[in-house]
Amino acid sequence: MPLYHNDDQAMLKDSVAPFVAEQAPVAHLRQLRDTNDATGFSRELWAQFVEMGLPGMLVPEAHGGLGMGHMEAGIVLEEIGRNLTPSPFLSTGVGAVAALAKAGGTQAERWLPAIAAGEAIVALAIDEGAKHRPDRIATTAARAGNGFRLDGKKSFVLHGHVADMSIVAAKTDGGITLFAVPRQAKGVTADPRRLVDSSLASHVTLDGVEVDADAVIGEVDAGEDVLNALLAATRTGAAAEMVGVGQGAMDMTVNYLKERKQFGKLIGEFQALQHRAAHLYGEMEVARATVMKAQQLLDEGSDGAKLMVSVAKAKAGRAAGLAVREGVQMHGGIGMTDEYDIGLYMKRDRALAEYMGDVHYHIDQVARMNGY
Amino acid sequence: MSELDAFRAEVREWLEANCPPEMREPVRDESDVCWGGRKCVFKNDAQKQWLEACVAKGYTVPDWPKPYGGAGLSPEETKILKQEMKRINARSPLDSFGIWMLGPALLKFGTEEQKVHYLGQIARGEIRWCQGYSEPGSGSDLVSLQTFGEDKGDHWVVNGSKIWTSYADKADWIFCLVRTDKANKYQGITFMLFDMESPGVTTKPIKLISGNSPFCETFFDDVAVPKTQFVGEINRGWDVAKYLLGHEREMISGGGAGGDMVSIGAVFAKSIGKNDHGELDDPILRAEMAAFDVDVFAYRAMGERFMDMWKTGRAHPASSNMMKYVGTELNKRRYELVMAGGGSEALEWDSPETSGGARPRAWLRTKANSIEGGTSEVMLNVIAKRILDLPGA
Repeated sequence: MPLYHNDDQAMLKDSVAPFVAEQAPVAHLRQLRDTNDATGFSRELWAQFVEMGLPGMLVPEAHGGLGMGHMEAGIVLEEIGRNLTPSPFLSTGVGAVAALAKAGGTQAERWLPAIAAGEAIVALAIDEGAKHRPDRIATTAARAGNGFRLDGKKSFVLHGHVADMSIVAAKTDGGITLFAVPRQAKGVTADPRRLVDSSLASHVTLDGVEVDADAVIGEVDAGEDVLNALLAATRTGAAAEMVGVGQGAMDMTVNYLKERKQFGKLIGEFQALQHRAAHLYGEMEVARATVMKAQQLLDEGSDGAKLMVSVAKAKAGRAAGLAVREGVQMHGGIGMTDEYDIGLYMKRDRALAEYMGDVHYHIDQVARMNGY
Repeated sequence: MSELDAFRAEVREWLEANCPPEMREPVRDESDVCWGGRKCVFKNDAQKQWLEACVAKGYTVPDWPKPYGGAGLSPEETKILKQEMKRINARSPLDSFGIWMLGPALLKFGTEEQKVHYLGQIARGEIRWCQGYSEPGSGSDLVSLQTFGEDKGDHWVVNGSKIWTSYADKADWIFCLVRTDKANKYQGITFMLFDMESPGVTTKPIKLISGNSPFCETFFDDVAVPKTQFVGEINRGWDVAKYLLGHEREMISGGGAGGDMVSIGAVFAKSIGKNDHGELDDPILRAEMAAFDVDVFAYRAMGERFMDMWKTGRAHPASSNMMKYVGTELNKRRYELVMAGGGSEALEWDSPETSGGARPRAWLRTKANSIEGGTSEVMLNVIAKRILDLPGA
């Protein structure tokens, strides 16, 4: 498969891009932020996503979805990134769907059609500390009665306070197991915190939470593959969103270079800025290609996907980070004002950079996967 | 089975039957590379056999049309052939500036007669070409070139000199930018082709910081060039040159410039050593190598996307400048890490254990990557102007 969008994908982009730009531009984020919205996203906008079939993009057709791939989901995520749109699309429509589809079974039957129909928001409760360390999960699930009892603390759970269900990774006797924990389960408390990018992420406490045996997603002790599917999908999706954030920041900045005058000239005439903008362009193009390659390999079910996913998360992190930093610097003083959007791009990039492993984590993963 | 799958199977079978085992070994030094030409000396029979088999099949230039010595393959088929060659580590049967640079220019600007004649020679590896672009006073500002061809009716008399002519001392013919109108800067250059054995042509190798001499100074002293031997139009050679530079940048970026999927950290695990956790026993160098691996693997994806888009007319025409910039900067970084990974052993300049200082010489050679074919700074200028459309550039 060539590494560019085919006709169907280009059509998808042509319908999603104007939709997101019109319905959820940066002003939409500002409005939620300035009204101190308690949900973290707009349910009206989510209903429009549902109308377009977006939450069910990755859901297999047998479960009521569209059966599309990561390349298609990435098209939506890039537009979400470019417009800084607050949305549960990444956690619900990408991460949760990838895990449930990989696992199959009762929970897939229960939740995949609900996600596709827009009836369920799902949160991903993986992280436990300030840094992403999915190999060091301390939350426990002990056998109790007919099912399990979960104890532990989760952090950085986006939409955790409003999710109908959270996918919780916990340690069981013989390995890692993933659980579908409904919001109303006793002993679950979600404490939402406003993050730098105005999103809401919860500290989730699991205090003797009892779930049935069929709450297991996949098999007991064998959750690693399901967790890996969730991580690969979410990381690739976050990388695609970062490409959108970086591209949005870069476009805004390049336009500014063509408008702002100092010393009697457009500042875009200065070679010092031209070269930095041109360098950034190269980094963004490379990041975009890398993310597309990871999407393609995931869609093909290739063995090489895992490596490329980490490469993509790291490269997109570097490139988008550069885009927002150069963006603020090249905007000069107004780049520091709340009124200008460029600062919002820097904030969203910071949150996405951290989500599901930062640049350093994934560079380290690349070293490990190459045996050093 | 789809047509492409059938093609892949056919290619696989053909390679199995025609690519000698010796041609599936990694290239160790320059003598393993076949450049063709009148002065070509094959290193062994396998190299000769491999070239001849590929020539017969059109596989030295698989995507060129059949009448010009190619195999007429589509972009998808060409990609499959490359993948299958890579799969068995097949060496390139023929490396050539004719294939990489002059060929694409002739395909676009040449007459039918020129295509049949020159492209056929290139495809068969009969003529080795060199490129006469830069002059001592015209580097980044190439269009200021002074080598002059005086109109003598049926021929030009060319005087002047070129510099950085790669392998001029080994080449048979030169494609050369010559001023034919002193009053017109851009529209006063003709893209000429002539034999390096013409009376009045001399070459002098330039010794570089690597100790090697891959480049020459080339002098023209009353060289007669028939007025049939030019590409495109007289005085419009700059158009051809610009087009060709795009391909040179494509070659530099797609070629050896860091597009490899081999992990640099894995390569150096042995010389640096590992700790009890199986990590490179030098945490900061490990981190730099891993960060480099990320950029290399990312650039490889970029290379794939660039070629997919370039071959189907989807790429921005100036995007080869970005590829060249990113790829060459990456290759320089690779060799900084190669030197750090090799430590004091990588300082040895001529010991037999280090293949005569292969590493430090290669390290020094890479410093030219971001100078030749347009400096990194010129690449950034072009991106700023032609892609980002920034003012005044």
